[in-house]
Amino acid sequence: MRVGFFVTCLVDLMRPAIGFAAIKLLEAGGAEVFVPATQTCCGQPGYNSGDRDGAIALATKLVAEFEACDYLVAPSGSCTGMIKTHYADLFRDDAPMLARAEALGARTFELTDFLVNVLKLDAVPGTFAGTVTYHDSCAGLREMGVKAQPRALLARMPGVRLNEMTECETCCGFGGTFSIKYGEIATRLADDKCGHIAASGADAVVLGDLGCMLNIEGRLRRRGDRRTRVLHIAELLAGD
Amino acid sequence: MQIASMHFKERAHDNMGNAQLQGNLQKIKGKFVAKRRQSLVELDDVEATREAARAIRQRALDNLDVWLEMFERNATARGATVLWAETPADVNRHVLAIAARHGVGKIIKSKSMVSEESALDRAIEAAGLDVVETDLGEYILQINDYEPPSHIIGPALHKSKEEVSDLFARVHGTARKVEINELCLEARQMLRKHYLSADMGISGGNFFVAETGSVVLVTNEGNATLTTTLPDVHVAISGIEKIVPTLEDVATLMRMLPRSATGQSISNYVDLLTGIRGEGEFHGARHMYFILVDAGRSAVLGSEVSEALRCIRCGACMNHCPVYQSIGGHSYGWVYPGPIGSILTPSYIGLENALDLPQASTLCNQCGVVCPVKIPLPDLLRKLREQQFARRLRPWSERAGLRLWSWLAARPRLFGASTRIGVRMLRWLGGRDSLIHRLPLGRGWTDGRDMPAPAGRTFRELYAARRADGGQR
Ligand code: SF4
Repeated sequence: MRVGFFVTCLVDLMRPAIGFAAIKLLEAGGAEVFVPATQTCCGQPGYNSGDRDGAIALATKLVAEFEACDYLVAPSGSCTGMIKTHYADLFRDDAPMLARAEALGARTFELTDFLVNVLKLDAVPGTFAGTVTYHDSCAGLREMGVKAQPRALLARMPGVRLNEMTECETCCGFGGTFSIKYGEIATRLADDKCGHIAASGADAVVLGDLGCMLNIEGRLRRRGDRRTRVLHIAELLAGD
Repeated sequence: MQIASMHFKERAHDNMGNAQLQGNLQKIKGKFVAKRRQSLVELDDVEATREAARAIRQRALDNLDVWLEMFERNATARGATVLWAETPADVNRHVLAIAARHGVGKIIKSKSMVSEESALDRAIEAAGLDVVETDLGEYILQINDYEPPSHIIGPALHKSKEEVSDLFARVHGTARKVEINELCLEARQMLRKHYLSADMGISGGNFFVAETGSVVLVTNEGNATLTTTLPDVHVAISGIEKIVPTLEDVATLMRMLPRSATGQSISNYVDLLTGIRGEGEFHGARHMYFILVDAGRSAVLGSEVSEALRCIRCGACMNHCPVYQSIGGHSYGWVYPGPIGSILTPSYIGLENALDLPQASTLCNQCGVVCPVKIPLPDLLRKLREQQFARRLRPWSERAGLRLWSWLAARPRLFGASTRIGVRMLRWLGGRDSLIHRLPLGRGWTDGRDMPAPAGRTFRELYAARRADGGQR
């Protein structure tokens, strides 16, 4: 089984360790991982900001890079959501590209979904002792149906106790360029999220998307919380 | 209504800093959400009902002209008069003409958001007539010098009980009441005399039923029943998109509407009004008018965001919107706030007059998953963003930034080289604690949050290095 790994631009630039952790997990599940060297960005920033042509160019590039693989997996609900649910809109007037994008979309998975439902990973390599709380990222939850999968994986880590926060499904306020254009509102939403995290009493907040991660960590630190760790689910599971 | 949508950012800023308003928003936050969830449990199959509701509304829109003509025929056959308003100003003109024809001096009014579009109350007063709002929320706003509504089903939801107590004592000149019951009773006493002396009643219309020529009104206070049956003249005003083909369709939609709106299985009152008072009938208006309002709707019908016209005005999208919950309805600057307002406002008053609205959403899609008629609100916001981008209605710097990003990302080598430099610079800026406290070009971020610094080397360069080392990866 050849799995094309899309690292996503944010992991590429900000947190490469998450990419390596994800590869470790995929390999632990028996996948042969292939990382196209020319990959960059799925086109979501342009798509969400109205730059349709820019998004189409990047989407075309990504489809060509990954369509030879059996699967496309990425450590992000938002980038996989882009490929699986929004490429069809980008290519609505281009039948051949639409067919290719839909074929790839059907084989596109968010990391934890893939680990649980395709690889059926039962042993998790990482160890962690402490309490965590899980933030459900918007696109992962509402576009990709990621909810039970990360929790199922966490349940396989004996040292981990999950304390759900209230409103774990509410947006953290990132929203891509929204987080800069409407920084004050984004900060307010992030602050609400940080309050719920603090109230959960967890040692770490765990999540599956880089955007939320930077937003939540940025607000936690500005609030003066240096203690609560902010971890991508792949890091926690891989134990790197 | 005055349009203030171009001041979105300032208003949102002020409202987030308004402790009273924030306290009020905090108190109602989550209430509608919990009630909606509990009430939907009663339906055997929520998703199937939602899909049926979507299909009914879409079917109505697909042949809108046919249903409208059928409605006009059937309403006319039952003695009502159907009038068409192309613009908001036409609404006011029609109402004043009807009032003149019947020698009306005083008008009572139940809730109508469409009439807010044309500031009907002010126009009535300017013509020298009296108008009294009978919906409690609208009444509160009216006696507070026509404060704008902040929510489509609870126009005064932003006000606390204490603020209403003060307002009533000041305006009514009565002793200050504290209990909600007492306040309601006082409003009822004030309103009763108007019900009995009004010459004309104006209502909105939740649905216009094509096969019968009826209007359906969904309320909780009973005021619409009195407003539409006590005076001799009844005028129902609503948008042309509010048509539904059959009564059966209304029954299906009513399974979703109250549950999505207030979490009620059924609203306290549902009025179905058909035709004028007939021979030997005891109640009902003697003269009945329908004003069907276009005011931008037919243009939306043929546009990329036409699905927004399926809206049945339940308010669930705003009740579930984290942005709306933080900044309140007044920030949006016109009649319709929240996610649906961010689509309707630019569509009705012009994209160039509401530049922020399509942008002021995280696209989290909480609205899309609760909408009872399955309007894909984030997708429609994106369509408006595309139109803004194409019409150059966004700042040049944003446009240049996006173009630069897609240009670079399409060139992997250049992208690799520039990101390698970029992440090192940002790593250095992050200093010892790996946090950037102030980004010169990203103040929008760092004014309220730190920016966690990148690790300093990109995944792609590390991965290539590992491969070159002959490692497993
Ligand atoms: S868009 Fe949907 S959720 Fe929002 S008010 Fe209309 S019907 Fe209700």
